[in-house]
Amino acid sequence: MISTALLDRILPTVAKPARYSGNEWNSMRKDWAQAKVRVALAYPDVYEVGMSNLGLAILYDLVNQQPEMLAERVYAPWLDMERAMRQAGMPLFSLESHHPVRDFDILGFSLQYELNYSNVLNMLDLAGIPLLASQRNEDCPLVIAGGTCTYNAEPLADFFDLFVIGEGEEVLLELLRLYLECRKSHAPWKEEFLQQAASIKGVYVPHLYRVAYHEDGTVSSIEPAKAGVPARVQKRIVPVLPPPPVKPVVPFLNVVHDRGMVEIMRGCTRGCRFCQAGMIYRPVRERPLQEVLDAIDQLLAHTGYEEIALVSLSSTDYTGIEPLVRELSQRYAEQRLAISLPSLRTDTFSVALAQMIQRTRKTGLTFAPEAGSERLRQVINKSVTADDLLRTAEAAYASGWLRIKLYFMIGLPTETLEDVLAIADLVKAVRGIGRCWHGPRAQVSVSVATFIPKAHTPFQWLPIEDAGQIAAKQQALRRALPGRGIELSWSDPMTAWLEAVLSRGDRRLGQVILRAWQLGARFDAWAEAFQPQLWQQAFAKAGLDASFYATRQRSFAEVLPWTHIHTGVSTAFLWEEYQRSLRGESSIDCRGGCQDCGVRVAFDLDRCPSLADDTVRIASEHARDKADRVAPAGRSHMMDSE
Amino acid sequence: MQRFRITFAKGDEVKYISHLDLMRAWERALRRAKIPLAYSQGFNPHPRLFFAAALPVGFTGRAEMLDVVLQKHMELHEFASRLKGQLPPGLQLENVMEVPMTLPPLPAQVVAAEYEVVVESQDAPQEMQARLDDLLVVPSLPWRRERPNGVREYDLRPLIRALWIVGRRERAYVIGMRLQADERGTGRPNDVIAALGLADAVHSIERVRLLLAQD
Ligand code: SF4
Repeated sequence: MISTALLDRILPTVAKPARYSGNEWNSMRKDWAQAKVRVALAYPDVYEVGMSNLGLAILYDLVNQQPEMLAERVYAPWLDMERAMRQAGMPLFSLESHHPVRDFDILGFSLQYELNYSNVLNMLDLAGIPLLASQRNEDCPLVIAGGTCTYNAEPLADFFDLFVIGEGEEVLLELLRLYLECRKSHAPWKEEFLQQAASIKGVYVPHLYRVAYHEDGTVSSIEPAKAGVPARVQKRIVPVLPPPPVKPVVPFLNVVHDRGMVEIMRGCTRGCRFCQAGMIYRPVRERPLQEVLDAIDQLLAHTGYEEIALVSLSSTDYTGIEPLVRELSQRYAEQRLAISLPSLRTDTFSVALAQMIQRTRKTGLTFAPEAGSERLRQVINKSVTADDLLRTAEAAYASGWLRIKLYFMIGLPTETLEDVLAIADLVKAVRGIGRCWHGPRAQVSVSVATFIPKAHTPFQWLPIEDAGQIAAKQQALRRALPGRGIELSWSDPMTAWLEAVLSRGDRRLGQVILRAWQLGARFDAWAEAFQPQLWQQAFAKAGLDASFYATRQRSFAEVLPWTHIHTGVSTAFLWEEYQRSLRGESSIDCRGGCQDCGVRVAFDLDRCPSLADDTVRIASEHARDKADRVAPAGRSHMMDSE
Repeated sequence: MQRFRITFAKGDEVKYISHLDLMRAWERALRRAKIPLAYSQGFNPHPRLFFAAALPVGFTGRAEMLDVVLQKHMELHEFASRLKGQLPPGLQLENVMEVPMTLPPLPAQVVAAEYEVVVESQDAPQEMQARLDDLLVVPSLPWRRERPNGVREYDLRPLIRALWIVGRRERAYVIGMRLQADERGTGRPNDVIAALGLADAVHSIERVRLLLAQD
């Protein structure tokens, strides 16, 4: 264990020492000696980001509920803490018991963002664990990962013993039980364990697969290196959402999402073609309304949170959203509970919902039309019309909001300058509406990200748009958007470049990541720490060409580095969606009818849960239509008029 | 409306959390205890909690104080017993009493604070006593404090009300000090220790008492 004296020497010298001192409410201090398997759950970013991740909170709760298991947390030490730790020879340690991470049996990372990869290596190094899986002996903790990035974790394949693909709730416990078994009966346990683990559905053991390349650098084949290893790893899902954690750790520090979180729905039925989450989290599963209400009741009693977030990819699509929000706002009015809906659909129903939960000053409402022109929205299958947006904006301004925030992307497939300039037209129209209601006080914030094609989406074959083109489009947009009342922000082009490269990379990128880390790359997701030139040097040293990964069009026939990872959505469906996008054809929402994406068949479901139950669907659509018809009079009981 | 005054300890487990974080931790503990808090008016209503004085990050506190205003009446013993089970490790309830709503706000009542500082030192007891005496005998002690927005110059001496040796441990002393803490100026234990020539020897600092105007 790390001594308190050493911590007391170091912590006063770093910023926000509470990042490393633990003892938060609801943090679990289980008996170290009693536990048969000890898991360190790691998030490769600072405490404030890691503590906002719901997935890790679910697994923490789950493992600690098992009598013979223990889970503790660890986050990436910020640059000042890393310096202090290295100077003092202090290894990476867990927050709960301050045990060195290398004393745990298993180190499990949550991989949610490619720009955390250098931190993964740094954390392994700080823990004193050899970086390469092949160099770790039987006494080293097993290093595993889950999370969105594992759908193509090839660039990290050399560093991990295994990846969990998909939802971790069941498979993690299966893995831990298998681990217990293997450690009990065998002396050299690791290879045996990994062999057996590879046959658990949803588990991917990268070193059990052989990747071969063509001369041009593309992958020629990915094959199991041993008998009994499945040729394709299918993601895991839980057919029914397990009960949500109601005793999460309550941080002292003001973390990114400092509030209680209850997942109301997993997956999304909209089928936006650019959206990886929408493809990989299929099918949709909703949590029953009563279960959500009960969970929130307990969550508030156990945490004392003043705010609750109803988490999902598209909260407004949750069948029971209106009764839920209404009930919550009445039940907790006295405690001044704030309710947040992280993802609003662009319609007046959403504004009415937001109106119902708004307690404090009306700062801003956020919508994501994603593209400026109708044509381009058809291409990406974002079913929002300009008219929808303008009516929504009208409702929002009329209800008293002063600021509307709009998310767009540029660099989308088939995009022309005209499409980009259409963003300016939309924004100006929205501002015009705002001015009618609030005069010069009306604001529109416009956030423009660079489109990055992701694995397992209909756009997975596409190049990222060339940096020069993006810059020219940004320029044009800036010129077309007069400043007053409009606030424009961009995502950093080099950050997008690195994300594009790493998210569709192959195993050879392991060398690049290693070199970049050796050169000093850390916290690449943080503007103050990101040094893109280190990555460029790393590419040069590894003799690899970044543009091969970023700006190259792939053919249908190409073996993509993630071909052996199966989300349930068929490649044929993705390709068909891509072709439809080129023809400017949109596809309908699953709730309106199955599109045969393959998920139903892959998971052997009689009826895909993404299809709305007809009676419920019709009832909720009816309510929605009614809400749409109510004039935006800007009164809090707008929804009560039915 | 009803006003309770809480005296609490902030121990080693939570000494690295800042004043703002501590405020939030109390607010959440009170909410978990289902205490009917009174809220401020305005656009962003927040519960009416008033801390006597912020404790710097890294210090522990033996008798920190906080006033809570309730919207509905509650019995004192019920208030205390509900709250007790809801405090994170390191925060401990020492005392609760009801105080009149009409009293001035708690921070305005604070006049001085007492600290105990553990310093490592090989001094013989007489030598240590001499350090303290030498400091106390000077009529004025010009001091400079570097702050992000420039250097502040002030006289440290009048801020020191008293200075004494609490006890001696193996190769360490516990130095007690009572420092002014009001709108005219607030003495900082680190400055006093530095003035004693022991700046690099500080092991730990605890605020042991807050003195209020009517005390
Ligand atoms: S199987 Fe059909 S309904 Fe289910 S997610 Fe796929 S397209 Fe949607």
